[in-house]
Amino acid sequence: MSTEDPRLLLQAAPLLKQQLTTRGAMLDVLLALLPATLAGLWFFGLSGLLVLTASILGSIMTEWFFTPEEARRQHLLDGSGFLTGLLLGLTLPPSLPLWMAFIGGAVSIGLGKLIWGGLGQNLFNPALVGRAFLLATFPNAMTTWSPAGGPADFFQLHASNLALPFMHVEYDGVSAATPLGLMKFEYQDTSLSNLLIGNISGCIGETSGLLLLLGGAYMLWRRVIDWRIPASILLSVAALTTVFYLVGPDRYPGPLFSILAGSLLIGAFYMATDPVSSPITPRGAWIFGIGIGLLVVLIRIFGGFPEGVMYAILLMNAATPLIDRYTQPRVFGRGGAGR
Amino acid sequence: MVRKKQEDVYQEFIKGLWRDNPVFVQVLGMCPMLAVTNSAVNALAMGGATFFVLVASSFLVSSLKSWIPKQVRISTYIIIIATFVTVTDFTLEALVPTIHKELGAFIPLIVANCMILGRQEAFASRNSVKLAVIDALGMASGFLFALFALGSVREILGEGALFGVPLFGPHFEPWVIMILPPGGFLTLGLLLLFFNWVKERKDRLAAQLAEGEAS
Repeated sequence: MSTEDPRLLLQAAPLLKQQLTTRGAMLDVLLALLPATLAGLWFFGLSGLLVLTASILGSIMTEWFFTPEEARRQHLLDGSGFLTGLLLGLTLPPSLPLWMAFIGGAVSIGLGKLIWGGLGQNLFNPALVGRAFLLATFPNAMTTWSPAGGPADFFQLHASNLALPFMHVEYDGVSAATPLGLMKFEYQDTSLSNLLIGNISGCIGETSGLLLLLGGAYMLWRRVIDWRIPASILLSVAALTTVFYLVGPDRYPGPLFSILAGSLLIGAFYMATDPVSSPITPRGAWIFGIGIGLLVVLIRIFGGFPEGVMYAILLMNAATPLIDRYTQPRVFGRGGAGR
Repeated sequence: MVRKKQEDVYQEFIKGLWRDNPVFVQVLGMCPMLAVTNSAVNALAMGGATFFVLVASSFLVSSLKSWIPKQVRISTYIIIIATFVTVTDFTLEALVPTIHKELGAFIPLIVANCMILGRQEAFASRNSVKLAVIDALGMASGFLFALFALGSVREILGEGALFGVPLFGPHFEPWVIMILPPGGFLTLGLLLLFFNWVKERKDRLAAQLAEGEAS
């Protein structure tokens, strides 16, 4: 703020401005996702890139289509639609037909965000709404995983990617179980170094634990997310799986494996921390995170699916208004009940 | 005068079909609406059964309206409705046992369909037999139309077929969610959205037209 005469500064209130804008926060999250996204492209090649593009196109085009003309520019430029599409794409298997990824993006924005009234009004995390829809609608395609490759097979496209809309192609047979699937159904461990680097099968953006942690640390440093949510999720998962591991080391995975495998890291840092659908009170954030951790472990160990992060977050999203209501801080100078 | 009367009859019929559609506008009878519309055939069977029960009970309630004591009118309506539901239940069981088996408990549950009871209380017990039957025909057609719309959308997406005839060939990827309960809720919600949008658009156009005429 510079004026000609430093002694005379005429300016209307507000004089203090906060740096944080929607666009700025979205850009920070995008930047934090960049390493994991690049790792996804490294391991899953062109297929990964196309699936990401399809889901981003699905969300942006839906946002464009259902927004009134005068608001389009602003709504599209704040980057939230792009971010939702990218987050959804990162949680899809790389061999998914592109038209399914497109529909997922459209459902994320349409049913996950716009139908509630737009940005900031939704009860559930939009990207996870899209993913839950896809998993319930196309269970076969959504649970067919392909092994991670390297840059050498970048241009090896999966035949199933290019299925015509509403059709499917016979899967090409090269499929691989995720570490969680191996653990659940075959009691087979995956080495921690592979889980950290991401040289495993899984969703496009969930495999590389190290890079996801890097992005998470960046967001914590920039204070775009509440540190209590990832901390409570990771701590509760670690505590609970330690108990199970001590009871039966041969049947249940250890705490480190549980944290690094599957989509726990991407869920804890990027999905659960969505400021719209998570509690705003500090105590509420702890309850929310612990609830997610508890549900994740319960679904993984006792449920039918090997992975439960998505359902855990969606369920706790539904409980968010209630948590916020019961964790209102005491009004200063009033009685204990906050009245 | 005669012309006015005819218009009335037409209005009573068309209101159930479109303007006051029991499902898309009044949002009544949701239980069978969501439960048995996983295929077009089931939806049609359910709609047909409800159609018969509604028209027959409206006719009977309207004919008997001056003999039904006010204090016990609801229970009387229920008994009349239950009679026709029993007739429908046995008829379906005898004629189309497979569909009857699929509809299961939802045929007896027509007794508790609030749309039917609502028409008796709100219309049949206060109007002439002729108007009551016309109204019941309109409402029942509206209900049948809504069930069929939901059932066919769900069957086309969920199995790639309509009335069991495949539409898209063997490579169609079925939308599994559509034949499960969540698909019913989703489709119903989206259809409601669509009908409200059409209605709003029509009202807006009408308002614009009126404005244009006034100026």
